[in-house]
Amino acid sequence: MAMALLRRLGQTVLVLFGISVLVFLVFFATPGADPTARIAGRNASPETMALIRHQYGFDRPLPVQYERMMVSLFVTRDLTSFVDHGERVVPEVFRAAPVTLSLVFGAAIVWVLASIGMGTLATALRGSLVDRGLMILGLIGISMPVFWLGEVINLVTQSRMHDSWMFSWVPGLGYVPLTQDPVGWFKVLVIPWITLAILFIGIYGRVLRADLVAAYSEDFMRTAQAKGLSASRVLFRHGLRTSMITFVSLFGLDFAQLVGGGALLTEVVFGLQGVGRLTYQALSNLDLPLIMATVMYSAVFVVLANALVDILYVLLDPRVRDAG
Amino acid sequence: MSATHPATRRSGPWTTAMTTLLRDRAAMIALAGLLLIIAACVLAPVYAEDIAHTDPFQSDVAATVMVHGQELAVMQPNDNPLHLGLTPLAPTWHPSAYLLGADSQGRDVMARLLYGGRNSLLISAAATVLCILMAAFVGIVSGFFGGVVDAALSRLMDIMWAIPVYLFAISLSIVTISQGLRIGPFTIRSDNLLLPIGIIALVYVPYAARPIRGRVLTLRRSEFVLAARGLGVPRGRILLRDILPNVSSTLIVLAPLLMALAMLAESALSFLSIGVQAPAASWGTIIQDGQGLIYTRPMVAIAPGLAIVLTVLALNILGDGLRDALDVRETSRRRG
Amino acid sequence: MQDELFAARDLTIALPGSQGSMIRIVENLSFSLAPREILGIVGESGSGKSMTALAIMGLIDVPGARITGSMLFKGQELVGLGARALRRLRGREIAMIFQDPMTALTPVHTIGWQIDEQIRAHESLSRAGARARTIDLLGEMGVPDPRRAADRYPHQLSGGLRQRAMIAMALSCNPSLLIADEPTTALDVTVQAQILDLLRRLRHNFGSSVLLITHDMGVVAETCDRTLVLYAGNVAERGPTGDIFAHPGHPYARALLASIPPLHGVRPSRLLSIPGQPPSPAERPAGCPFRPRCPQAHAQCEQTPPMVRRGEQDIACVLAAPEPVQA
Repeated sequence: MAMALLRRLGQTVLVLFGISVLVFLVFFATPGADPTARIAGRNASPETMALIRHQYGFDRPLPVQYERMMVSLFVTRDLTSFVDHGERVVPEVFRAAPVTLSLVFGAAIVWVLASIGMGTLATALRGSLVDRGLMILGLIGISMPVFWLGEVINLVTQSRMHDSWMFSWVPGLGYVPLTQDPVGWFKVLVIPWITLAILFIGIYGRVLRADLVAAYSEDFMRTAQAKGLSASRVLFRHGLRTSMITFVSLFGLDFAQLVGGGALLTEVVFGLQGVGRLTYQALSNLDLPLIMATVMYSAVFVVLANALVDILYVLLDPRVRDAG
Repeated sequence: MSATHPATRRSGPWTTAMTTLLRDRAAMIALAGLLLIIAACVLAPVYAEDIAHTDPFQSDVAATVMVHGQELAVMQPNDNPLHLGLTPLAPTWHPSAYLLGADSQGRDVMARLLYGGRNSLLISAAATVLCILMAAFVGIVSGFFGGVVDAALSRLMDIMWAIPVYLFAISLSIVTISQGLRIGPFTIRSDNLLLPIGIIALVYVPYAARPIRGRVLTLRRSEFVLAARGLGVPRGRILLRDILPNVSSTLIVLAPLLMALAMLAESALSFLSIGVQAPAASWGTIIQDGQGLIYTRPMVAIAPGLAIVLTVLALNILGDGLRDALDVRETSRRRG
Repeated sequence: MQDELFAARDLTIALPGSQGSMIRIVENLSFSLAPREILGIVGESGSGKSMTALAIMGLIDVPGARITGSMLFKGQELVGLGARALRRLRGREIAMIFQDPMTALTPVHTIGWQIDEQIRAHESLSRAGARARTIDLLGEMGVPDPRRAADRYPHQLSGGLRQRAMIAMALSCNPSLLIADEPTTALDVTVQAQILDLLRRLRHNFGSSVLLITHDMGVVAETCDRTLVLYAGNVAERGPTGDIFAHPGHPYARALLASIPPLHGVRPSRLLSIPGQPPSPAERPAGCPFRPRCPQAHAQCEQTPPMVRRGEQDIACVLAAPEPVQA
């Protein structure tokens, strides 16, 4: 057990190192133009260029550049944006994080509950019209670009039907901190939560149904029925509990990816000042240090979350626990 | 009266799969819809020149147009008290002129939609082909040779996998968007479609390589391959004769699903204005154009979005149909 | 007979085939089971024996499946019984154990949890009370250190222990009828003997009747009081095990017996095998289903064969003589 944990830890460290190298290479070694010009942004003065060249060590070999980069990202955390007049990048990312976390946590609750409901209902009624309808709805959810869906929802809730009883409660776009006004926080986020969740409800609902239906051809499900258990107990305590293993591993990955910046498009459409929105603004003025910081931190987050999922996996599946 | 066996027709797995697919009504409807969308986009110039008589790439804010015998300005004054600013023409629902209205530069949205569709389809199809080629290479090499090669490639895939797909694509786009890409003597300009194609193909390689590797691993341990190895058949021959044909069903099933993902990724990049560059259009850039008009002229953004939804939905249904027909259990998963 | 525990009369199970046709998997099956009796149903795979077991349990969940005839359990008709009533019988009155104890137990729960669950589904017992009975049962089934075994997951136990746990679970509510579907097929030979021994003792310790489904004539000979030979969904022969083994009446039963090596006496240089394969349910010929493979087939076999009574044996063959033929 301890050996397995240690090995997993070593693997995590290796992947973290690999990611930092990969991201570094993408930003500084992609053939094309002088990385100095990329960092400086548009219309930078020759002085700024010289400063950047020196600071990042672009006149030195790649390993030195890599080392300096990592130090200023993770140790001193003083990586500065040149486009944004010397604003320190890392604290900016951390300031935006609560918004992203609020968005993703809420959406995750919505999509887990909705997809379990959808998957189990479709399984219980498999072959029926309800089942087919739910699966087609799920597929439509998977097929919609989230930013477009967000805009259409905005059109309805902010403009066309805003004066009707249904959507008159919807506040304007933007974010309200939870600590300041919990009710306002909820009101502002509930529509973005649902928008972000729809894609995942589609994916998870369909995956869960497929897993559950497959489970019904397993011997242990027949045993559970032969024991005289109620249909719902067979479905939930035996079928769902076993399918939960796949579900959780999928969930861990997607959740981490979203916190790590995957929710960018949703944040942009709903004007939420999270990490994704920060990245988006950096895109429009080519603020590379900021983008690199968000990518690097999100990748780190994803790797750590994956390690966490592996541990959770062990708790859920006794077979993995013993295989160690 | 002797044995009453009905004549059993011998048919190969591909014929069986084809028959199953042809009987799958949903998949056939999806295929028809997809072909219809492709045909419409291919015929974009015919529509622009012969039906709508418009140049979808030329901004023209002073133009007028005849609708139902009435002459209308393409850019109309706002109906606020001071008549400040201009609002583009609303949809006329008349194919000969501004069927879906005009965008903020007075261009015909319908014509742009068809031209944009060409780019969206081209990019996602090309990215899919490129991605499958790369993923097949990685997956087959990794699965067939195993050992150190497999370990190294699998770690590389893990690393790429850990970076959120869209962030990875954004990073690659942003470093190439300002000055393009220069590899030795070749320069790819930043408005070249090869850039989004290559970027989207690259970021989905781990997604596709994993199931391919898995399939190759199962095949390698299968009895007929073990038997071939036992008989001393050279590795290269096993790879060509036994592995490749059996992996191809996995590749075929992956293709429409990957193309659906590629189309969504392309639209997202274009929406963030780091995909297709102006004056060229794609469904993503048109949605972005329409973002500013969303409350006044929502059709500009809604129409290309619907086009994406329909195309991606058709691709997903087709992918499901293929998977059922070829009996390949999806070992990978989608993600946004 | 008055003291029947279970009796099937003309049981027919049909599943929907392609293009709206119904395929009869089991046809006009009749048999009965007395209290504390062990009845073996023997047949090749596809003969419909597992389907019969699932039909008794009410577990055929193929949409459109049709079950006709009659199944009386303690005087109660099972065919057409409502789902709720069936569920109350399942696990309490009629229990079942399956072929592969590895896959038949839910992998993510401990075996103790799974046995407790069945007890608590049928009886209002506290958690602790259920667990106490679980541990007792495991002990009676010969599981060493039952208290610790109850806290283990299925994959942590050996195949033999898993099957013992499975049997303990099946017996946890004192069922009158235990259906065992190939209970020893997935086990090692030495463990097989132990499990069969356990099944034989059940009728004394638990008062249960056992319906043992198997393809192995050896298992039948060792365990069953009476035997039913099933061929392609039809009864070929039924009667006391000893009689059938001593003088089988149906050509198929004879062929089956000739295909196992004798335990005593001279070993034959070659064992007999039955040429051909059993017909699939959709392609079953009219008349005697064994006709295409039968060495003694003749024109009369194109009609459905009558059930010939010979002593205590019933033989579905026109050639069967009312008196045993001394070979």
